[in-house]
Amino acid sequence: MSWFTQSISGTIGKKLLMSLTGLFLILFLVIHLAGNLQLLAGDGGKAFNIYAYNMAHNPLIKFVSYGNFFFILVHIIDGIILTRQNKSARKVKYAVSTNDSKSSWASKNMALLGIIILVFIIAHLAGFWYKFKNGSLADVVYDGVTYPNGYEVVSFAFSQPLYAGFYVICMVFLGFHLSHGFSSAFQTLGLNHKKYTPFIKKLGVLYSILVAAGFAIIPIVMYLKG
Amino acid sequence: MNLKLKIWRQKNANDKGAFESYDVSDVSPDMSFLEMLDVLNEDLSRDGKDPVHFDHDCREGICGMCSLYINGKPHGPKDAVTTCQLHMRSFKDGDIIVIEPWRASAFPVHKDLVVDRSSFDRIIQAGGYVNVNTGGVPDANEIAIPKTIADQAMDAAQCIGCGACVAACKNASAMLFTAAKVSQLALLPQGQTERHTRVERMVAQMEEEGFGNCTNTGACSAVCPKEIGQEHIARLNREYIGAKAASDNV
Repeated sequence: MSWFTQSISGTIGKKLLMSLTGLFLILFLVIHLAGNLQLLAGDGGKAFNIYAYNMAHNPLIKFVSYGNFFFILVHIIDGIILTRQNKSARKVKYAVSTNDSKSSWASKNMALLGIIILVFIIAHLAGFWYKFKNGSLADVVYDGVTYPNGYEVVSFAFSQPLYAGFYVICMVFLGFHLSHGFSSAFQTLGLNHKKYTPFIKKLGVLYSILVAAGFAIIPIVMYLKG
Repeated sequence: MNLKLKIWRQKNANDKGAFESYDVSDVSPDMSFLEMLDVLNEDLSRDGKDPVHFDHDCREGICGMCSLYINGKPHGPKDAVTTCQLHMRSFKDGDIIVIEPWRASAFPVHKDLVVDRSSFDRIIQAGGYVNVNTGGVPDANEIAIPKTIADQAMDAAQCIGCGACVAACKNASAMLFTAAKVSQLALLPQGQTERHTRVERMVAQMEEEGFGNCTNTGACSAVCPKEIGQEHIARLNREYIGAKAASDNV
């Protein structure tokens, strides 16, 4: 094994991969949310549809989206390997365990939260992403230019209380996952200092709340509007 | 005080083991937890039964031998104390106290509450040392070390290697222990010679021993009797990344 593969396959190396892919996904969520919020523009989906069309036809965005899928895969596979190792590091469980009351619930349940988010991603890709990509969308014309009407699909999906509810609940779990992941990613990179760690921790909490609430508000508003 | 103890009994490493209940009466609140167990063992010996085996040595909170997972927490309910420094006044009359050994694949149970922590020794042997020249004693303070650095190194050096961090971690990770040992030497001028090799070897040994991975829950620092903080784990990560990028060990 070369020094590099040996480094990233070790315990700290695997955590480093989790950290770096996680930080990329943290950035991705901000961009994704900024795009989605246009669903609430109140213009019958014009801003969102034009934005979605431009994103799908921008070569740079296309390139980054392949990276995004790749990083999600690395994050999942690495997470599975880490979790399996962690389980086998304690084969006999304690009869009574109260010692971790000072750790956040999210920090102790990242794998479980990750599985829930994975289920969401699969449902999300099947429900939206695939429909946007397979050319089944109806056309809509703005200022003489034809665009695929993605807004219609989203608007229909969020008019279903079950789907909107599922989406909102998943965003709560996403928020918890991020609440630990954000500051944990910096700690894994070795970035812990009294100067900035308190700020990173606060920023992580703020980020998790804003991102989860931002994504969750969309189905709520669209459902209420009908 | 009268107490009911539920203690893990296991004949040897291959035995399945089970909890057994014991009643201890007339416990003084001024006794240490280990003295309370001594009283129980005297009773058991008098009755011709096998006493409960547990690790202990200095009973002053500095050797790192005592362990015990008491009521679901390493070293019992108090913060920043070892089991030997825990007193029975921390419990109430009539309490049921559950006592378990450290649980980790890298800390196999020898007998009852005694676990084999030689995996820690092997991590130290892998790199937790400095080479020094023999000969005359150097002058004190010959090498200038800033006070803040000396303080941080001392904080890390407080680690007594008891293993409470591993016991508390949901992943049975030894990152806090290894971090304390790497940190202590990486901070000081005397530790620079082996700096890269040390962190690479100690982390490799830690992996080989079968400890879990750190998920930054912070449970280790919360139970550490010497209150060693998470910043040392961050420093270990930094040292490791730096060594992997810059060391000559290809």
